[in-house]
Amino acid sequence: MAKKKMTPSQKRQAIWGWAFILPTMLGLIVLNYYPAINTVYQSLCKTGDFGKGNIFVGLNNYKSVLGSAEMWQSLWNTVKYAIVEVPLGIVIALVLAVLMQKKLAGKTLFRTLFFLPMVCAPAAVAMVWKWLYNQQFGLLNNVFHTNVAWISDPKIAWISVGIIGVWSIIGYNMVLFIGGLQEIPKDYYEAAQIDGASSLRQFFSITVPLLSPTTFFIVQTRIIGALTVFDLMFMVMDKTNLALNKTQSIVYLFYTYAFTNGNRGYGAAIVMVLVVFIMIVTFFLQKLEKKIVYYN
Amino acid sequence: MDSSISTRYTVNKIITYTVLIIFAIIMLVPFVWMILTAIKTNQEAISVDPFYVFPHNGWHFENFATVWKSYNFITLYKNTILFIIFRVICACLTATMAGYAFGRLEFPGKKIMFSLVLIQMMIPSQIFVIPQYLMVSKLHILNTTAGLVFPGLVTAFGTYLLKTGYQSLPKDLEEAAAIDGCNIGQTFLFIMLPLTRSSMVSLGIFTALFAFKDLMWPMIVCTNASTTTLSAGLAKMQGQYGSDYPAMMAAAVLAIVPMIVIYIIFQKQFVEGIATSGGKL
Repeated sequence: MAKKKMTPSQKRQAIWGWAFILPTMLGLIVLNYYPAINTVYQSLCKTGDFGKGNIFVGLNNYKSVLGSAEMWQSLWNTVKYAIVEVPLGIVIALVLAVLMQKKLAGKTLFRTLFFLPMVCAPAAVAMVWKWLYNQQFGLLNNVFHTNVAWISDPKIAWISVGIIGVWSIIGYNMVLFIGGLQEIPKDYYEAAQIDGASSLRQFFSITVPLLSPTTFFIVQTRIIGALTVFDLMFMVMDKTNLALNKTQSIVYLFYTYAFTNGNRGYGAAIVMVLVVFIMIVTFFLQKLEKKIVYYN
Repeated sequence: MDSSISTRYTVNKIITYTVLIIFAIIMLVPFVWMILTAIKTNQEAISVDPFYVFPHNGWHFENFATVWKSYNFITLYKNTILFIIFRVICACLTATMAGYAFGRLEFPGKKIMFSLVLIQMMIPSQIFVIPQYLMVSKLHILNTTAGLVFPGLVTAFGTYLLKTGYQSLPKDLEEAAAIDGCNIGQTFLFIMLPLTRSSMVSLGIFTALFAFKDLMWPMIVCTNASTTTLSAGLAKMQGQYGSDYPAMMAAAVLAIVPMIVIYIIFQKQFVEGIATSGGKL
């Protein structure tokens, strides 16, 4: 293979270019690529006693993970959480974003308020909601004169946790929607108005298709975010909670096995299941993108 | 005709405000309840009567002082601030250099290297956690700021963000700099870098928020209460004193107030930074 000789200026660029990317590339290899491969290896090993040493056991971890009802239940719980958080968080955010397009007094104040949960530690948010949900002393049961076990009844705990997720994410989704809405040319609406289209008609014929790239981006990041939910689950569902099995997410299960119980091989196998699952979901999302997203 | 349009307009306005106000109240209630609980006695907190929202035996601001002392909040703040500062410095430094190289320079292997950056962004980060923990443990930096910062020494997302920032700058900048006798390093440092300030601010805010909100990594590497961050510290407190509700709420308020104050001051940068970077938090 005959290499073209580089001019001195090209050579300089090559040296500077490599020098500039070197820290990042080294970091990515040491901190991300090596660990990713190492996790695959660990998933084929049994962690020795006291967390010391790895004994190669082949696919044993996968056999027990894939045969574990607990793992499948957690995966299903995670999907259920996503089913609550993603659509509700997106629809509410879209409605708010569209309303905020109008000339309003106090617009900045509303935006500040809706975005507020984004700057709060999920640990703190979960603590407050846990207190609101408290069966005996919580605000919700007292205001509505009910006696619901919001977070310890296995039938509804997943919805309760999902609602915290929705509350936390609305502002973030809304800000992204506002950004997308601002890119739609105003004359489309003016033309529609001259043709006598109602605002509802305008919304579905102009806003929805032209906003679809933004919507798709949010849907995709939120689905993956919801499938890897941990903080809220961990803070709300303590180990003695009766609804733990029917609510805990797959990442929570991973944390429990890999770090609370110190069974890293088993934990690594759980992560691999999650990664494969997310890859499948991403694959279908990409297919869907070509069909429904309208690119100008 | 005219009056029907103006009625419709008014009705529209009323509906808009009603929806916005209802959601504003939903967003506010948890915060208000958190503060109100934090200044009650435990007795009052657990005898809740929704129509008696304010504490009736005086406002117990001393709850904050008690929590401050017993949970060692000074240490938690210090740990969190150091964690955030080092994460932001590392991310901005490495990402701006790599972003410049990917965005403005030509060199062999660039495409492959950049695809490594993009692929990292698509891999769920949970797959890195166990080996990262083992490395931190082998380096003997468990329970240190270095251990906390470790996985954030470089950032694929930041590199991508800064690359986009550098690419959007006008093409002839380098030529002008070369005519003035700048080498590539000087061009980067004195001409290009200052022009990507808004991308850097976005990345800084994103990194700081991410570090502040992170729960799993601090829980894994900082098992010691005196070395952990605010988020992980709250998790520890809840495990130990979960039924002292005013204390829990006071701790939660103390943990989130500094970031809320910073957010309110730099609101524009926060909202725009998150919106333009579109990062996944």
